[in-house]
Amino acid sequence: MADTPQDRRPTVVADGVDVVYRVNGTGAGRGTATAALNRMLRRKQTEKASGVRRVHAVRNVSFVAYRGEAIGLIGTNGSGKSTLLKAVAGLLPVENGHIYTDGQPSLLGVNAALMADLTGERNVLLGGLAMGMSREEVKARYQDIVDFSGINEKGDFITLPMRTYSSGMAARLRFSIAAAKDHDVLLVDEALATGDRSFQKRSEARIRELRKHAGTVFLVSHNNKSIRDTCDRVLWLERGELRMDGPTDEVLKEYEKFTGASR
Amino acid sequence: MSQALDTPPAASARPEPPETDLAALAARHGLTVSGARPPLGAYVRQLWGRRHFILAFSQAKLTAQYSKAKLGQLWQVATPLLNAAVYFFIFGLLLGARKGIPSDVYVPFLVTGVFVFTFTQSSVLAGVRAISGNLGLVRALHFPRASLPISFALQQLQQLLFSMIVLVVIMIGFRSYPDASWLLVVPALALQFVFNTGLALIFARMGSKTPDLAQLMPFVLRTWMYASGVMFSIPAMLEDKNVPAWLADVLQWNPAAVYMDLVRFALIDQYDSSYLPPHVWAFALGWAVLAGVVGFVYFWKAEERYGRG
Ligand SMILES: Nc1ncnc2c1ncn2[C@@H]1O[C@H](COP(=O)(O)OP(=O)(O)OP(=O)(O)O)[C@@H](O)[C@H]1O
Ligand SMILES: [Mg+2]
Repeated sequence: MADTPQDRRPTVVADGVDVVYRVNGTGAGRGTATAALNRMLRRKQTEKASGVRRVHAVRNVSFVAYRGEAIGLIGTNGSGKSTLLKAVAGLLPVENGHIYTDGQPSLLGVNAALMADLTGERNVLLGGLAMGMSREEVKARYQDIVDFSGINEKGDFITLPMRTYSSGMAARLRFSIAAAKDHDVLLVDEALATGDRSFQKRSEARIRELRKHAGTVFLVSHNNKSIRDTCDRVLWLERGELRMDGPTDEVLKEYEKFTGASR
Repeated sequence: MSQALDTPPAASARPEPPETDLAALAARHGLTVSGARPPLGAYVRQLWGRRHFILAFSQAKLTAQYSKAKLGQLWQVATPLLNAAVYFFIFGLLLGARKGIPSDVYVPFLVTGVFVFTFTQSSVLAGVRAISGNLGLVRALHFPRASLPISFALQQLQQLLFSMIVLVVIMIGFRSYPDASWLLVVPALALQFVFNTGLALIFARMGSKTPDLAQLMPFVLRTWMYASGVMFSIPAMLEDKNVPAWLADVLQWNPAAVYMDLVRFALIDQYDSSYLPPHVWAFALGWAVLAGVVGFVYFWKAEERYGRG
């Protein structure tokens, strides 16, 4: 990362980022009515005394992501990957440091149901409009989105409410909608993990395509093969700290050694 | 495509750290702080860009509302009708709240009141859940968040138009026939819609922080309804009580009462201007502008925080 040619445009700059969660009501009797009342009445106490616990989930992470890069984000469970992506998307405030982005990053997580009570059809239309596409654009891409998701492969499911979908089907439709637009920065947090093999193949191809359109894609996955197939650079987070940042092969080799040894 | 948003408003009061290499790099390439709130003008433009989303979302929600019911869209009309019937049974027949109102005026009076108040009531209730009930959408896609409360207020407006069909039938049934004064319904409801949208925006922000409001608001709104003269005429009610005359005016200047009275005045022949408080149109406009502007700015002030947590 030392050589930074002038023509490479950065899309995400993280500068010494810390993210801290504050969890309410971890004292005795949490969740009871009296505990809740107590909290409301004694709001002005110090964090510790009022039973607020701090979880320091990301510690002093710095990196620069450039256009056209696909960056894998790896680390063991609870190492802070999802937290970091949420902070990049602006969904979590940073405690220290700064995150700068080019445009608005879009985050695709595991449990982001769009509009559960509306049909898949409506979700495609409304999702497209919400992302800022025009009615004509959505209409033009509608068939592509549905075909890509493969929702209709097993019958006419696109006209059923999204709450009736299996978790894999919902994840596929969500990814298809979000991937229909060319994003400057797309953050994918295990959103492909519930998809079957053929869908994973297709979405990996789509990620490569998005990169070509000068976007940056971050991919969180516990599937090292999928990281190897799509990413040329990998960030390895462990206990909230950035442990390694480099070419996929190098980092994955170290990571596999680490997970193999600790098992 | 770098968005040419100029300097974002200071998101935190923390002093800027000494400019490091990275901050300079970001600045040189025009990157902006992630999740910063756009300036008000840019925000309004973004919102305008999402107008098709706002409209389509409100329509989709409207049709999805009764999609689980066997009678489907029929409930669109049946719900307001049943509502009016219940209120007529309790207040018109059992309690005799129609004091001071001739009985062939009372039914249109009551039904209009119920429909108009319901418009505000359901906008507020939808507003409370606009953000907290759509976190999946808010977290997955990026769009100006005010789209949601505005869309929900718009959904209630469309719901009201169904109620208006019922209302017209009832009006004709009680011998109030369409005439030029019916046109006054349009400005009255337009102002009420702006007022409702403002309230929905305010409660959307409050509800995103404190979802408990969804439990509390029905009681607050019911109290408001009883105080606004939905089923009785405020001046007639206070007539023989020993209260100063201005008190009736003040009670009638309450926004819910203002919009109800205006629609009644427009639709019901015998409900003439003697039932209206002074300066009623000025108050209708004032409430709309006040709620609209305050609600919008108040909502925008927390734009970067919706969906967090
Ligand atoms: N909402 C929350 N409140 C408090 N602590 C949290 C919250 N979410 C995550 N954490 C904590 O932050 C740390 C990092 O969590 P995170 O979800 O970022 O891990 P992850 O790397 O995505 O793990 P996984 O591979 O299991 O998805 C963990 O210690 C977790 O307990
Ligand atoms: Mg995670």
